[in-house]
Amino acid sequence: MGFYEVMKKWLQKGRLVPLFAMMAFMLMGCGDPTISTLNPQGQVAKDQYSLMVLSIAIMTLVLVVVFLIYIIALFRFRAKKGDDSIPKQVEGNHLAEITWTVIPIILLIILAVPGVYGTFKASAGDKAPKNQIDLKVTAHQFWWEFEYPKEGVVTSQELVLPKNTKVHVELSSQDVLHSFWIPSLAGKTDTNPGDGTKTYTWLETGKTERVYKGKCAELCGASHALMDFKVKVVSESEYKDWLTNMKSATAKSTADTAAGQKVFKQNCMSCHAVGKDGGNTAPNLTGFGDKERIAGILDHNKENLKKWIHDPQKVKPGNNMPKFGGKLSDEDIDAVADYLMSLKLK
Amino acid sequence: MSTIASHKKRSGLMDWLTTVDHKKIGIMYLLGGLFFFLIGGIEALFMRLQLIKPENDMFVGETFNQLLTMHGTTMIFFAAMPILIGFMNCIVPLQIGARDVAFPFLNALGFWMFLFGGIMLNCGWFLGGAADAGWTAYAPLSTTSAGHGVDFYILGLQISGAGTLMGGINFLVTIINMRAPGMTFMRMPLFTWTSFVASLLILFAFPPLTIGLFQLMFERVFDANFFNADNGGNAIIWEHIFWIFGHPEVYILILPVFGIISEVVSTFAKKRLFGYSSMVFATVLIGFLAFMVWVHHMFTVGLGAVPNSIFAVATMAIAVPTGIKIFNWLFTMWGGKMKFTVANVWALSFIPTFVMGGVTGVMLAIPAADYQYHDSYFVVAHFHYVIVGGVVLGVFSGLYYWYPKIFNRKLNEKLGFLNFWLFFIGFHLTFFPQHFLGLLGMPRRVFTYLTGQHWDTMNFISTIGALMMGLGVIVLAVNMLISISSKYKVTSGDPWDGRTLEWAIPTPTPEYNFAQTPLVRGLDPLWVEKSAGNKEMTPAEPVGDIHMPNGSILPLIMSIGFFIAGFGFIYHHWLVAGVGIGIGLICMLLRSVIDDHGFHIHKEEVEADLRGVKA
Repeated sequence: MGFYEVMKKWLQKGRLVPLFAMMAFMLMGCGDPTISTLNPQGQVAKDQYSLMVLSIAIMTLVLVVVFLIYIIALFRFRAKKGDDSIPKQVEGNHLAEITWTVIPIILLIILAVPGVYGTFKASAGDKAPKNQIDLKVTAHQFWWEFEYPKEGVVTSQELVLPKNTKVHVELSSQDVLHSFWIPSLAGKTDTNPGDGTKTYTWLETGKTERVYKGKCAELCGASHALMDFKVKVVSESEYKDWLTNMKSATAKSTADTAAGQKVFKQNCMSCHAVGKDGGNTAPNLTGFGDKERIAGILDHNKENLKKWIHDPQKVKPGNNMPKFGGKLSDEDIDAVADYLMSLKLK
Repeated sequence: MSTIASHKKRSGLMDWLTTVDHKKIGIMYLLGGLFFFLIGGIEALFMRLQLIKPENDMFVGETFNQLLTMHGTTMIFFAAMPILIGFMNCIVPLQIGARDVAFPFLNALGFWMFLFGGIMLNCGWFLGGAADAGWTAYAPLSTTSAGHGVDFYILGLQISGAGTLMGGINFLVTIINMRAPGMTFMRMPLFTWTSFVASLLILFAFPPLTIGLFQLMFERVFDANFFNADNGGNAIIWEHIFWIFGHPEVYILILPVFGIISEVVSTFAKKRLFGYSSMVFATVLIGFLAFMVWVHHMFTVGLGAVPNSIFAVATMAIAVPTGIKIFNWLFTMWGGKMKFTVANVWALSFIPTFVMGGVTGVMLAIPAADYQYHDSYFVVAHFHYVIVGGVVLGVFSGLYYWYPKIFNRKLNEKLGFLNFWLFFIGFHLTFFPQHFLGLLGMPRRVFTYLTGQHWDTMNFISTIGALMMGLGVIVLAVNMLISISSKYKVTSGDPWDGRTLEWAIPTPTPEYNFAQTPLVRGLDPLWVEKSAGNKEMTPAEPVGDIHMPNGSILPLIMSIGFFIAGFGFIYHHWLVAGVGIGIGLICMLLRSVIDDHGFHIHKEEVEADLRGVKA
């Protein structure tokens, strides 16, 4: 039985159909919806997912054909014991060779057309269409700065966005290369240092209110693995409230936290800001009490905050924050932790 | 200055340090490459152990970055490349009917520079920390990295890279000029063809790397600003330079392996290679396209939809010649009478494994989808499928296949199968789950991950697989060690019923390879003679004196000179750097002014050898 007959038999019996069905089923909605590319929630990630599915389907077809020929050859053409005859020395076969040149070209065209279309669709110029949110992302070792230039709001580590909205993103870096990635919402774009190499992308927030996980995807130093951020997708009104609160937030304190605020002013504000006051070389801490994580990675509680202030290098090696254990007394650290945890927007 | 051919016989260690014999240099390349393969493997195992569970704290932060950088750099430059160049050295001259390579002295120099480059790179471990900016050394992380790790990377690669470039040029000249009568280009065995194209890629790909490394070095040592955006530089330029080198580099690795697979599959199926001409055409086309696709490593850099799309289509085009190769191998198997020796099992396991790596490559070529795959574990899975599932499986196939030719011993087949199954199953266990880790959002080059993201089980499986691969490599090491025993000696020069010229040579291979240069009468010349009922090749010349090159210690001393100079540059000791460069220059001067005409092996000795073989 020649090769063509074997292939024909397999195709006629429809043995390939269940394989495709199984594959589509396996990939559907795979993984955690807050971080899986196989469970996309925003339009950009959905477009990318459909390209992935198309390519996986075509490539599975290729794999099945190759594996079939391979397995049949492997079992049918073994040397039998005692058979020392020489097999026919075949030079080649023009028809076969043209077939496996042309069919791959056709498959690649089927893949390339939507691929190129999708690539143009996913790209964003440096101008945002009207009524969309403009966002400036600046990456630092090892944290993220988010600026809403039209609204005049700066925050860090946790991005707040309304649902069902397109966001135009401008990216850059303060130090080394990083890459901005929210697997469930959009593929990644690198952040490059310098004004001449700014990058642009866009994303769409989807219809669910949820906290998505974001990652740095380019090796950026010792704590690259810990350079996480969050994207909080909220309702339109919640987003409006958040913006108003962010704009009006000041470094206020109560009687309980006044001592902590004093320590903060003396030791932290040259780098960190609360509201409009303070430096901008470290994460802006406005609304710190409402955050999801400490330093992007630890559970949000006072014990972890004290641990962080004590020795940031132990949590995120290589980051730029100095160690305050030994520099500040335990009481001062405790007080400043209380103060920071009290910084809530409402 | 002497103008008379003279010869001083050296023995033992001194013979190896001064040799210019391609067979001995090949063995040193192979052993050196396998040594670095072990080091790179240990680094990989350390990383997998760290990732066995979430929030592990065995190797964190900087240490992990050093491991991942050194693993990649070591495996690519100091394991895969030297092992393949080792095979080229041992086999290519034999396959084309030559008595040595075109430039034996240069060949030795290339080897010693590789070795000292590798030692220099690894010196970082003992001198304050190894390189930590990834094997890609992206600026500004690499230019601002503290300590001297990245300096060791730069100088180590610079020294070994120069050696590789020499090797590439040497093989080009050898293959163009030194083929036996009748060995036309379209009769060359596929391994020679792929070595030829890989050498061409070395010739064009390594100079950009050299320039890039000089820029990095100037930036770190002399405060230049090529990649420093604050002073008008541009970090993305390094990415372009690196990948203009880096993409052809992966074809430099895989092309010779395509050659090995072609030889092994055809030999053990007892059939000539199906579609030989299209195989050659595909090889050349892949080599050409290798320079047209580097931006697919940079789709997320933000170059825009137009360049991304152009490079995407060029990348997809590579799938066509690669597919041609796969089908040609399948149809070499088809209709054959396959013997499942260990060498053949490695080669046959390569085919489906490499196809799996190839199809993910096509998937990665679509920019918009790549925005999701890029720098995730999906990419890690992809390139390990083509580099381990491709290059390493092929290298092991070549090792079992040519071991009798290179070492005059046969590897134990039972241990060989144990080696194969441990490594092959371990490989798929390690890397198959990593596709899904990437799709589920796990970035690459991370030293830890939090639990609760569906990543824990697959990481655990991956680590278990890596340990199995480690066991497989230990079995290989044991197999090689016990093969030293005379029990494993081969007496026949043609243990596999081979088809190409290297199997026409008696074992052990004489220093001059061919007593009489053979006359090549077709593709698979030995098979042609066997089919015509001849026991050996038809000679193209009468027995006569054979001219041979003399050994020299200069390549070793020259490499030591550059090694010393490297330390001078790293520690800013200009005197030391000057002394090192001076040693190199003096060696060059000596090489230029001393006339060395080599020596002759006289006709009587060759005739005595021939009688010895026949008796």
